[in-house]
Amino acid sequence: MSERAQPLLAADGTPLKRSIERSLRRQKIEAFLLVAPLLAFVLVTFVAPIADMLFRSVENQIVAQTLPATTDALKEWNPDVSALPDEAVFAALAVDMKAAVKSKTHTRLGSRLNYEKTGVASLFRKSGRRIKKWDLAGDAPFKDKFLDLDKKWGDPQLWQLLKLYSPVYTSGYFLNAVDLKKTPDGVEPRAESEQIYILLFQRTLFMSLAITLMCLLLGYPIAFLLSHLPMRTSNLLMILVLLPFWTSLLVRTSAWKVLLQQEGVINDVLVTIGLLGDSDRLQLINNQTGTIVAMTHILLPFMILPLYSVMRTIPPSYVRAAKSLGANDVTAFAKVYFPQSVPGIGAGSILVFILAIGYYITPELVGGTTGTFISNRIAYHISSSLNWGLAAALGSILLIAVLVLYYAYDRIVGIDNVKLG
Amino acid sequence: MLDGTNPFVRFRNVQKSYDGETLVVKNLNLDIEAGEFVTMLGPSGSGKTTCLMMLAGFETATHGEIELGGKPINNIPPHKRGIGMVFQNYALFPHMTVSENLAFPLKVRGMSAGDVQEKVKRALDMVQMRAFGDRKPAQLSGGQQQRIALARALVFEPELVLMDEPLGALDKQLREHMQYEIKHIHENLGVTVVYVTHDQSEALTMSNRIAVFDDGVIQQLDDPVTLYEKPENSFVAQFIGENNTLTGTVEALSKNVATVKLEAGDTVKALAVNTDGKGGRTSLSIRPERCVVSPKKVAGLSMLKGRIEELIYLGDHIRCRMNVAGNDEFIVKVPNTADQLGLEIGTETHVGWQTDDCRALDFKQV
Repeated sequence: MSERAQPLLAADGTPLKRSIERSLRRQKIEAFLLVAPLLAFVLVTFVAPIADMLFRSVENQIVAQTLPATTDALKEWNPDVSALPDEAVFAALAVDMKAAVKSKTHTRLGSRLNYEKTGVASLFRKSGRRIKKWDLAGDAPFKDKFLDLDKKWGDPQLWQLLKLYSPVYTSGYFLNAVDLKKTPDGVEPRAESEQIYILLFQRTLFMSLAITLMCLLLGYPIAFLLSHLPMRTSNLLMILVLLPFWTSLLVRTSAWKVLLQQEGVINDVLVTIGLLGDSDRLQLINNQTGTIVAMTHILLPFMILPLYSVMRTIPPSYVRAAKSLGANDVTAFAKVYFPQSVPGIGAGSILVFILAIGYYITPELVGGTTGTFISNRIAYHISSSLNWGLAAALGSILLIAVLVLYYAYDRIVGIDNVKLG
Repeated sequence: MLDGTNPFVRFRNVQKSYDGETLVVKNLNLDIEAGEFVTMLGPSGSGKTTCLMMLAGFETATHGEIELGGKPINNIPPHKRGIGMVFQNYALFPHMTVSENLAFPLKVRGMSAGDVQEKVKRALDMVQMRAFGDRKPAQLSGGQQQRIALARALVFEPELVLMDEPLGALDKQLREHMQYEIKHIHENLGVTVVYVTHDQSEALTMSNRIAVFDDGVIQQLDDPVTLYEKPENSFVAQFIGENNTLTGTVEALSKNVATVKLEAGDTVKALAVNTDGKGGRTSLSIRPERCVVSPKKVAGLSMLKGRIEELIYLGDHIRCRMNVAGNDEFIVKVPNTADQLGLEIGTETHVGWQTDDCRALDFKQV
């Protein structure tokens, strides 16, 4: 083909490309207007809150905002020497605290710093009450006055903490979320008794994988059967598969409680038929077993549906062809049928795994202490301890973990190999 | 015949029912010699594919015996029958390359890698697809996929190859080309082929013998020439090629010539092939190319009056639709010769044929 020297022109003399653009612009605008309401809804109610939450995981303006003069003055102080800051810093603190007490923000700062070091919250409350009565002009010097007020003000670690957390952004929440802490000497692991999040992340990951595997093992034969039945029968049976969706998640989970508890149906039956002694009833709930059983049941349809829709599209002639070519049933399944059902396995596994890794209600109800997920801890920090920064950091790590796994899946299996039908 | 005694494939009194109420295949008896190309031809639902699937082992016969090489195979699973099969939509494994597809039957037989490679190469050469070994089936055109499917069914050198409407998805030109290709491969390899189709021209082109199926029964089993020239019943006459039908009652029967009084009142003579005897109703079958249109009666021919209703010019012949003895779908193929008779629509004229070309068959309402 030869290169064209002149651009192609439309009948009216304008370049063809521009004519096409103009004629398509209307379509594009229409398309945009059609999605605009949903887009706005999603942006306002979903994307913005998530972005805000993610931002909170590094945001730390409270120290600099509440104690502006103190953080300024602390810049000069070298935290490596274990000596206390000088009078200038204490004077600045007095000014800041007086203002903070007036606007009642000192208790909030207290609770924020209490996440890092226990006792700070009560120190700030106590100090606030006294400082209210101080006279900033006449009561100098303040260093002794502070030490007089509470000897905790003489603890260099408190001042190190204040200096560490005076920047506007901090990695502290993230370090906390992986069982590390900030010290003047750098990042250090937390005391063993305080380490909990890595364990929770590992448990969440392991249990989600276990649930995904269970769903696959239980779902594959069902989907296989359904896809090989006549359409009428399989539609009827598919309703049974979807039946759990008609019941509230809470009801289903509670039903598992009835079944699994020590005085529950399963244990009662086992004891009645004599398989178990009355004294050694099985602990089936409020542990990992309970969570895996209940969540496998709840997530099973999400495995069966993509598997079924992929298997429906595999023509029976492939297996027949394999058999006519000399393959026995096992070979025909392993070499011909199974590889073609892999896209369904991929889709189902991703769906179940991602749903499982962020699951909250079921582990909360049947998980006890050993069967809870990281999401239960996030919920705790959101609603009980009100440490939103830590909750945001944990959530971000969870999000990143899912994205990394998704990427790994894409590299290993190929995301093109995922089919929902 | 194999060893002069047993046919290679034998269906004996085979019946098949899916629901226990109706028979899809009713008492099938069919012998196929080694090296033959036999086509099962029939409309959809006539039981021809069911027969093929029973032979392949994917359906079990409700009653009767199927023998392969003299041994009953009813209880042998498909993968042990060693029958090659080409499927309607090729059934090439989409996750394997062309070479892997061809290697599949060899590998499951535990052949060494070197032999596999050698045979795959030869099979690709046979269908002129050598350059395509590394492609996936989805990257091939329909005709190319068809060739690979053929090569795969032949690569493990089966003695019997089954083909289930393998050319159905191809366009007309490619289909005709592939018919010749399959025919040549069959001639070169000497393999026995059982072919299922509903396309009669496909059947006539390739087959040694054709079994015409209808309603679960073989209506006629013959070579293409006999089948076309001497259909034994009305169904075959109408199903194979174009056919004119006139219905009437047998008035007299002498030797093999029947005198038939048509429903319109005329009397004609016909070759008695399949009639119920004197007084029985019959359908007369006359091929359009065996009819002559003539303004005057011609000596030695059976002549009837007819009116020309429609003329279609088709180059090599003119298709002339006439109203003859009450049948206004009576077709005559008039050869395109210099003396064109000046056919015109609306002309009252005569149509005639040799008595032997008019076959009196079982009565069938048109």
